[in-house]
Amino acid sequence: MSKNTNSSAFRQIDVDKYSEDNYKEELDNEPVPAGPNENEIVALLTSNRQTEALKNVLANSPIGNRNQVVKDASLSLVLRVLLSFKTSQIDEAVKQLDSETRDVLMKYIYRGFEVPNEGSSAQLLVWHEKVFALSGVGSIVRVLTDKKKV
Amino acid sequence: MTTVHRFGTAPITCHSWSGDSKRVAFSPNSKDVNIYESTGGGSGWNLETKLDKHDLRVTGIDWAPKTNRIVTCSSDRNAYVWVKGVDGNWKHTLVVLRINRAATCVRWSPEENKFAVGSGAKIVNICYYDSEYDWWVAKHIKKPLKSTVTTVDWHPNNVLLAVGSTDFKVRVYSAYIKEIEGKPSTTEWGAKMSFGNMMAEFNNSPNGGGWVHSVSFSADGAKVAWVGHDSSVNVADAGNGMKVTKLSLSLLPLLSIVWISPTSLVAAGHNYVPIVFNITGSGDLVEAGKLEETKKASSGTTSSAMKMFQNMDILGQSDSGAGTTINTIHANQINEVRTGGGQGKPDWVSTCGGDGRLVVWNLSSLASKMKHLNI
Repeated sequence: MSKNTNSSAFRQIDVDKYSEDNYKEELDNEPVPAGPNENEIVALLTSNRQTEALKNVLANSPIGNRNQVVKDASLSLVLRVLLSFKTSQIDEAVKQLDSETRDVLMKYIYRGFEVPNEGSSAQLLVWHEKVFALSGVGSIVRVLTDKKKV
Repeated sequence: MTTVHRFGTAPITCHSWSGDSKRVAFSPNSKDVNIYESTGGGSGWNLETKLDKHDLRVTGIDWAPKTNRIVTCSSDRNAYVWVKGVDGNWKHTLVVLRINRAATCVRWSPEENKFAVGSGAKIVNICYYDSEYDWWVAKHIKKPLKSTVTTVDWHPNNVLLAVGSTDFKVRVYSAYIKEIEGKPSTTEWGAKMSFGNMMAEFNNSPNGGGWVHSVSFSADGAKVAWVGHDSSVNVADAGNGMKVTKLSLSLLPLLSIVWISPTSLVAAGHNYVPIVFNITGSGDLVEAGKLEETKKASSGTTSSAMKMFQNMDILGQSDSGAGTTINTIHANQINEVRTGGGQGKPDWVSTCGGDGRLVVWNLSSLASKMKHLNI
């Protein structure tokens, strides 16, 4: 028999992936932010300027960045900032953010829920409650519908 | 003020009023279209006819006010045009759409000589009547639609069409049919209006997401408004350099939006109550208020204690059950909002919902009652 019948690798191909009817994502070539600067954030945290650290880390979040490593690094930074707040300061900090930043914060809160550490979920729940009071269910819907994940 | 009409328990997927607002055609989430005639004043209704030709769920109905024709489209990939004969019976004509997926929405053009059908086949059909062969011809708009079309709306010039889709974009196309109409004059949307030409494209969200649920041209055609599943309301202004104003809401997503004046919109959806939005002088979108006052859950002291123990016993709940009572007129999501009455400026809006209710909201009496709405 001819050689090409030896390999059965073709049976492993998922034909549906290559169907023409599939929705193809538009590849935007827009520049995406590369994530917050870790040293800056740590400096702000140690000098007790937590609200500023929060604003900085949310403004520079690598939304839409295709590099997962960058996004994971930012996530751990954001969680550090969120957990460094005392419960009583959270309300004040959230009030200072504008609505777009609150949407980004809500996205990070849900990402934080996905990787529970000791005590982190309790603190995140307080954050969730405060952001929800201002941004309502709409911000949670946006966590689910926005394609550019954090 | 507001009149509530109940038509059974089945959700009403879509509805449309006749030109004289005496009859309403709607589909109770089935393959039938019911036409009810109002028996003068109040909320009495007579079932006049059932239009029963579709094989699958009816997804869109539109009643042309001037020519008195109804067009219906359905998941069975067909559309029918219904004309009322002299004997009072509705005669149907099949429109061959040549799509291989469900039809999702249908609208007559302002002159009622053509209609647009959106479908899951990533195609918009523009259908017009060819008298030579006595049939409805369907032309396709395909590029660059990438996913299901959920909503269509015509520009007042009878040529431009706004299309919203699940590929997260709103597009304005030209649906100019040279066989039946003369060349349209240039508008703010552009000069080149050959059939299928895309005049403008808008992304629903800078973060890329949210299906577009409903799209609507303003009465002068310069602005197009849409609602998306990311709980936002957007207005694009062609007269102002295609600027898009977006308002992100703190509510559940809205499903349908209409203009009620050059600066106000009414939208409704998963929140069970229609909401008014105003465009301020500086071009910003603001939420003006709900068309219904939020009623506080009534709780007399003695009854709530008894209710609490009753609920604990029967339902296993430890609160007074306030969270389970619905305080709005609609008890389920509002599927469609339509306007009616009045010359130029609509007098009322009607909403149909998943609770089988059709509610007519009288705008002028609501405006005087709730002055903050600023309609």
